Amino acid sequence: MEDIATLFYFGMSPSVFAIVYFAVLLVASCAAAYYNQRSAFLLIFSLTLLSIIVGIIGGASALSMIAVTAFVIAMAAMMSYAFREFLILIVSTEMAKELRTAPLTAAFGMFIIFIYAIAGIFAPWIAPHGEAEVIASAFAPADENMLLGADQLGRDMFSRLIYGTRNSVGLALTATLLAFFMGAFAGLLAATKGGWFDNFMGRVADVIMSIPSLIFALLMLSIFGPSMPVIIIAVAIIYAPRVFRLTRAVAGNVVVMDYIEAAKLRGEGMWYLIRREILPNSTAPLIAEFGLEFCFVFLLVAGLSFLGLGIQPPTADWGSMVRENATLISFGEITPLIPAAAIALLTVGVNFVVDWMLHRSSGLKE
Amino acid sequence: MGDILGLVAKRLGLGLVILLVISVIIFFMVELLPGDIAEAVLGQGATEENVRNLREQMGLNDPALVRYFDWLKGAVMLDFGRSIVTQETVMSVIGERFRNTLFLATYAAVIAVPFAIVLGVIVALLRNSVFDRVANVLTLTSISSPEFFLGYILILYFSVKWSMFPAIASLSDGMSFLDLLERTFLPALTLVLVVTAHMMRMTRAAIINLLASPYIEMAKLKGTPPWKVIVRHALPNAWAPIINVVALNLAYLITGVVLVEVVFVYPGIGQALVDAVSKRDFPVVQACCLIFAATFILLNLAADVGAILTNPRLRHPK
Repeated sequence: MEDIATLFYFGMSPSVFAIVYFAVLLVASCAAAYYNQRSAFLLIFSLTLLSIIVGIIGGASALSMIAVTAFVIAMAAMMSYAFREFLILIVSTEMAKELRTAPLTAAFGMFIIFIYAIAGIFAPWIAPHGEAEVIASAFAPADENMLLGADQLGRDMFSRLIYGTRNSVGLALTATLLAFFMGAFAGLLAATKGGWFDNFMGRVADVIMSIPSLIFALLMLSIFGPSMPVIIIAVAIIYAPRVFRLTRAVAGNVVVMDYIEAAKLRGEGMWYLIRREILPNSTAPLIAEFGLEFCFVFLLVAGLSFLGLGIQPPTADWGSMVRENATLISFGEITPLIPAAAIALLTVGVNFVVDWMLHRSSGLKE
Repeated sequence: MGDILGLVAKRLGLGLVILLVISVIIFFMVELLPGDIAEAVLGQGATEENVRNLREQMGLNDPALVRYFDWLKGAVMLDFGRSIVTQETVMSVIGERFRNTLFLATYAAVIAVPFAIVLGVIVALLRNSVFDRVANVLTLTSISSPEFFLGYILILYFSVKWSMFPAIASLSDGMSFLDLLERTFLPALTLVLVVTAHMMRMTRAAIINLLASPYIEMAKLKGTPPWKVIVRHALPNAWAPIINVVALNLAYLITGVVLVEVVFVYPGIGQALVDAVSKRDFPVVQACCLIFAATFILLNLAADVGAILTNPRLRHPK
């Protein structure tokens, strides 16, 4: 514990740390003010004022918490900046132009998605132990063999975390794809066909959307039992109406265009219209919706598995890992929170990217 | 006024129809089970006689339509039959719990609603500043975190490390109101964090949308002080979106409450639902689903009606 404490003070004694802490903040805020960086100055100086209050109440340890947080944020910002520049260099000029407009948060999101993709695809090579391999006693603490210690059955937490990427994200991705496919297909069909089909699908979507998603999922799982296909189909049915509505609205605007009329007069079939005329003109909002949808689905699936109704053991899955190890929290351990943090981090990352895309595609009113 | 009443009546009627359709879905979904409920509940090892007895007891020999109307008639009078597992009436299982859940949701809403609206308006006024960006990142993070993550973080700090509040929200009879507030503080705070983030973002969007309209520009150009622009010009038109935001998020509270109750072992209806789902206690599941769905629809209706009632164009017809 000793070395961790000095790590939090960046190797200094608490009193020296507090002096250095305020000195750094003051120098930074004066520099920002001198070089007319108004917003940076506001941010840093309000942090300074806040630190004075926090420092009086919580002492040097509270200050170190702020410093560590700021350090982590700074590292993440630098990483995102470097990652964005890296992406700009390796993609085509067209894409690079778009990427230059991405704020740091969006770059951070892309970096997160990239890391998760790597972890998911190469899970068996990254994880030091097997997914369901019992290698220690229950709740064994971390050692050089196990990065994060063992879980309630003595399996390596770190390996399960890595395998969990595959299972949790994979399940959510499959469900989202299915929901998206169903919703978008029905939406495009409703927009092109119109008439009773449009009305009927609209009403069906209304009804499904007026049942709270978690409740509907629980109802379906109670009847058909918690198995992988049931979860995927249930979640897809719950979220397809949202995609349907959006696709219907976006395609509805495209359908009334003159070039659609021209294509119809040329005698093109409905499938051609959807594929070559409508779809290319409604991709931007649909891609953003896909990201949003993924976040919702991911959180719902995580909630279900936290309740013990998701992916069944011994398959590693983040939601159930939190639940199984929750007793550790009452001993002040943070290990059970790591899978939950992994869920939050991915959702945050995707949301950041979606935020940027929405901003770009709508050319917002602000 | 007649117009408004007509619109409101139409909305209420629509809500009732949707609720009926949902009750049909909830009831007949169970009928989709291969075999029937009796076989599903007793499992494969059940003898022919046991299955027959259970069928008899649950009235499964009647046609489905008859049973549906019996169930609906009971549901209207808050009688959902008996639990398969404990044999108690469903109401005795969930009646008390429903009150607890309502209490928790109200507790969270009372803190979250004013807080979120004020913050949302402030952030909208300061849009594109540093504070706006920081608030954007913070609210996005809060929205993206699963409820159980926030809940356990609060438990870790507030109850394990600083021992300020109890980690388990157990209730007992004869607790004083203050005790009750203290016991349920952490679950309520978890809900507040999630709902505030949602509400703030939506309020911000609604206000910004409004501030972009020409008449606000006009008010600014003629030299009205900023606070007056907000209070006199923007706010009267902002009520509709704000009411909408509040009602939508209260509806969101309903699903959030299930996970939070499980994290804090709070004796609410959400936990009853989760227990019933894993025990396949269908009468309880159906009752809980119907109650949740009805509350959800009611809040959405309230949002619609609120939007109609506060719409100046409808209130003062030409």
